[in-house]
Amino acid sequence: MGKPVNTSDRLLAEIKERSGQEVNACIQCGKCTAGCPMVEAMDLLPRQVMLLLQMGNEKEVAVSRTPWVCASCFTCGARCPRDLDLSSIMEAVRLKVLRPRDAKVLSPGDLSVEMLKELPQQALVSGFRKFSR
Amino acid sequence: MDYLYFPGCTLKGSSAWQMENTALEAVACLGLNLQELKQWQCCGAVYPLSEEEIITLVSPARALYAAAESGKPLVSLCSACHHVLKRTQVRLLNDKETREKISCYLEEDYPGEARVLHYLELLRDEVGWQALKEKVKNPLQGRRIAAYYGCMLLRPSREMCFDNPERPRIMEDFINILGAEVVNYPFRIRCCGAYLAVTENRVAEDASRKIVKMALDSGAEEMTTACPLCRYNLEKTPEAKQGKVKISYFSEPLSEALNLEVQEVKP
Ligand code: SF4
Ligand code: SF4
Repeated sequence: MGKPVNTSDRLLAEIKERSGQEVNACIQCGKCTAGCPMVEAMDLLPRQVMLLLQMGNEKEVAVSRTPWVCASCFTCGARCPRDLDLSSIMEAVRLKVLRPRDAKVLSPGDLSVEMLKELPQQALVSGFRKFSR
Repeated sequence: MDYLYFPGCTLKGSSAWQMENTALEAVACLGLNLQELKQWQCCGAVYPLSEEEIITLVSPARALYAAAESGKPLVSLCSACHHVLKRTQVRLLNDKETREKISCYLEEDYPGEARVLHYLELLRDEVGWQALKEKVKNPLQGRRIAAYYGCMLLRPSREMCFDNPERPRIMEDFINILGAEVVNYPFRIRCCGAYLAVTENRVAEDASRKIVKMALDSGAEEMTTACPLCRYNLEKTPEAKQGKVKISYFSEPLSEALNLEVQEVKP
């Protein structure tokens, strides 16, 4: 009989399948957080997201604002001494919330006519790609 | 020399036509031929960060298959298009499984390696700074211009191979060649907030404002970028709205320095 799979193993395997990243490789140094330009708007620091994932605390990460204010800027990944691509881990967390329920964080109805007129196509396409599935 | 040109949806829309018009006039003046790729589709604007997503790679892959087939390098102006095309190209090259899946969708094998170039790389690596300098008829003397790189051109550097990701210089070299004064400032590679403009515009505005203020404090009169979304975000700051700093596409000072008459043909 193999070792029983606990929540944290299952969560980490799922994240790895989507992002290719080994969350357990994180050593909690905080370099990702020090360079993150969106950190002021986050309730969990990028480093804390990593720690909670390591501990299998899926719930706290899922309700956090952090993955939704991550702008996929790739700065964290450029600075991580463990070469972890946090942008992909954040994406895996977003997909974990968005995919199962076909949930939408952004619907076309959320945008005012004014926004639709002035936002560049690039913003609309990337916004819908990131925030609805 | 002949190149294929991938415009992308934003450059054909209302917010970035200036980048296309000025850049295309300039290459003609430099003796290059950029031919628009036939039947191009939107690149998807963001590179899919989840390994399970294959279908979203098909659109950029179509452009890459066409470019590989033609044997001509594929050039783009929009930094998001360039980012997606370049990363897809790297993926096609190194990931056999993805390449095979995509070939199934496209019902064709990848006909070899496509070359993907950003317009700035075209100027640096194909035209050369010296040759560009010789074409400058109207040096932008006394203009204080700050380069704004943003994220997409530089990171992840292992795939983008655009410039040093922490200390890039391509845009500064470019500004220098145009005869303007380069404004050095921190935050030139810091994220503007990107697509948070759609869902979290406060957060995007705060992020952009820090960058604009830093450039202003360092003496910039103008900030120049290759990204339509960066430009949009920077222009939304109070400082830009009050006219304290001008936000341009990098091809605008280029066409001024080359003294080109660019027709204002809006789509
Ligand atoms: S920089 Fe890397 S190793 Fe350090 S805390 Fe962040 S993810 Fe962990
Ligand atoms: S990718 Fe997200 S988490 Fe990483 S530095 Fe950028 S905003 Fe922060």
